[in-house]
Amino acid sequence: MKYLDEFSDPDLAKKLLDQIHAATTRQWAMMEVCGGQTHSIIRHGIDQLLPDGVELIHGPGCPVCVTPLEIIDRALAIAARPGVIFCSFGDMLRVPGSSQDLFAVKSAGGDVRVVYSPLDALKLARENPDREVVFFGIGFETTAPANAMTVYQAKRLGVRNFSLLVSHVLVPPAIGAIMESSTCRVQAFLAAGHVCSVMGTSEYPPLAEKYQVPIVVTGFEPLDILEGIRRTVIQLEAGRHELENAYPRAVRDEGNVPAMEMLRDVFEVTDRTWRGIGMIPRSGWKLSAEYREFDAELRFDVTGIHTAESALCRAGEVLQGLIKPHECAAFGKECTPRNPLGATMVSSEGACAAYYTYRRLELVDAK
Amino acid sequence: MHRVGDLDFESWVCPVPLRDTPTIVMGHGGGGVMSGELIEHLFLPAYGAAAAAELGDSAVLSIGGTRLAFSTDSFVVKPMFFPGGSIGDLAVNGTVNDLAMSGATPLFLSTAFILQEGTELSELGRIAEAMGTAAQAAGVRLVTGDTKVVDSASGDGVYINTAGIGVIADGVDIDPRRARPGDAVLISGDIGVHGVAVMSCREGLEFGTTVESDTAALHGLVAAMIATRADLHVLRDPTRGGVAASLNEIARASAVGIDLVERDLPVPQTVRDACSLLGLDPLQVANEGKLLAIVPAESADQVLEALRAHPLGRSARRIGTCGADHPGMVVARTGLGGTRVIGLPIGEQLPRIC
Repeated sequence: MKYLDEFSDPDLAKKLLDQIHAATTRQWAMMEVCGGQTHSIIRHGIDQLLPDGVELIHGPGCPVCVTPLEIIDRALAIAARPGVIFCSFGDMLRVPGSSQDLFAVKSAGGDVRVVYSPLDALKLARENPDREVVFFGIGFETTAPANAMTVYQAKRLGVRNFSLLVSHVLVPPAIGAIMESSTCRVQAFLAAGHVCSVMGTSEYPPLAEKYQVPIVVTGFEPLDILEGIRRTVIQLEAGRHELENAYPRAVRDEGNVPAMEMLRDVFEVTDRTWRGIGMIPRSGWKLSAEYREFDAELRFDVTGIHTAESALCRAGEVLQGLIKPHECAAFGKECTPRNPLGATMVSSEGACAAYYTYRRLELVDAK
Repeated sequence: MHRVGDLDFESWVCPVPLRDTPTIVMGHGGGGVMSGELIEHLFLPAYGAAAAAELGDSAVLSIGGTRLAFSTDSFVVKPMFFPGGSIGDLAVNGTVNDLAMSGATPLFLSTAFILQEGTELSELGRIAEAMGTAAQAAGVRLVTGDTKVVDSASGDGVYINTAGIGVIADGVDIDPRRARPGDAVLISGDIGVHGVAVMSCREGLEFGTTVESDTAALHGLVAAMIATRADLHVLRDPTRGGVAASLNEIARASAVGIDLVERDLPVPQTVRDACSLLGLDPLQVANEGKLLAIVPAESADQVLEALRAHPLGRSARRIGTCGADHPGMVVARTGLGGTRVIGLPIGEQLPRIC
């Protein structure tokens, strides 16, 4: 990964920053959609180096943050069952459900395992034919192809003791929901490069046209992000609202065609509730009829779970860009990564956790 | 059916806070915030007047005019064998290093085993041989021990506890509370190597090249620094929780701020790549053969020279400075010129989803 170093080059970054400063004549608010970008922005201190006229609004693009509480409670219920091996990516273990998290289930004897790929979970299922192996399939279009491939393989190999707890969400409908909101301040989007590497860019020009906003497909290294911001500012200043691809080394307009075919086969579009936003029509994927037998929710009948929420947390407004994390009264007090009120403080990609981890210095100075 | 425009962002709510868990969770053993809270809120109150812990890696005890360093550590690493070492090496070197970080010459170790029923004797033999070899290399004697076996459902291979005693020479005063504004922060070499070596053995993770653990006994390196007669203020070996955890602990204990320069951090490409893949911060990844030294600025070059003259310190460098600003916090200047706070890890580092 030597080539990545070039995308952190401080001299090139300074040139891009100079161009952004020179181009900015007014106040602009743009949203980086992806949590990975939020993390990179804060980790490298990019937002501190931008002109005052460029405001970055952190979007709802952390897959952990937007997984609905209801799904997490179902995950906890399934993981607690005897005979189940519950597999998840690491980040999900600390996300609180109504009363506990997956770490607590593990502590109480549940067999909860961190895996690095859904295919590892399928392998576990084949090695443990007397156990039910469940994989927590969350995330955006980025993680969905591997989950689809795993279910496809499970069916092809006849692995009946494997199932998927699905909570996939889609970026374009979320952009629509944000723009439709009466409180929306977003004037442009940095689109999530890795999502577009799978899905291509064809869904975005209609959004740019409908809402009259520039959409710039952006990567994750510091220079990628600065280039995305530079192009966005230039469009805003010129009064243009087009789709641009500032991440061509990973994103082709047509996307990853075999991956998209796999997604179309295994999943079908569904209404999906987003934590912090609410129900957005046709904004998620569920298993298609042909693969429904691998749906963990149906297999384990985890319905009727009572959910209790905190009234303190304003993660919804953070996810919408209406407030910055530290503008929430609970930030850093009742709500810390150690004791999170909301998922935005749980996930390392969550805006609140990123602020808490990397930005407390200026917050302390400001007091 | 909702229309998108009907979404109510204002009334969104999220989960009730998780209170302290009623049971032990993995994060309690991660060397971060949760480990500290367990000590502060459970162990120390329970011990009451019997507690006499300054919460450093070693206790420093004065007995008959001699200052002894006393330390204990348990080892539960999985896998038990990894590139560059094994749980046996760690069990000896870990305690030797805890003693060395108080400036002590390590002398005697105890070794206690908790063995899972069914463990292969050949595996246990390899671990014991590694311990013998490591002890001889470190110049310590294994003077007492214990063995217990738990049934196959109750353990996971081999757990080892070692405790150790060392002697601190007159004139040596190394203490986590002695960092002062203006002091230089030094590291003896590349960071994150051990953590990545262990992760690379876990199923499904291959980083293309083999990363070998840096497990090593550091008492020789400490002796070389002491020989310079510089006033060494603080030494730490940044194991669990990595450099981030150690520096946060020092910043809090000494009430200083610590400023790092990210560009000066010695992070090998393999470690950087592995951390990029997993979404981990190299500063929070464990080391087993590195030390952090906080020394007066005027002694920094002399101490660095002594470190670099030793085989285990060839890549030693200065990575930051202690200051009076933001006491108790560690702040890094990023490669692009911004700043970020380096936090104390909460529990365990978790790989990110994407």
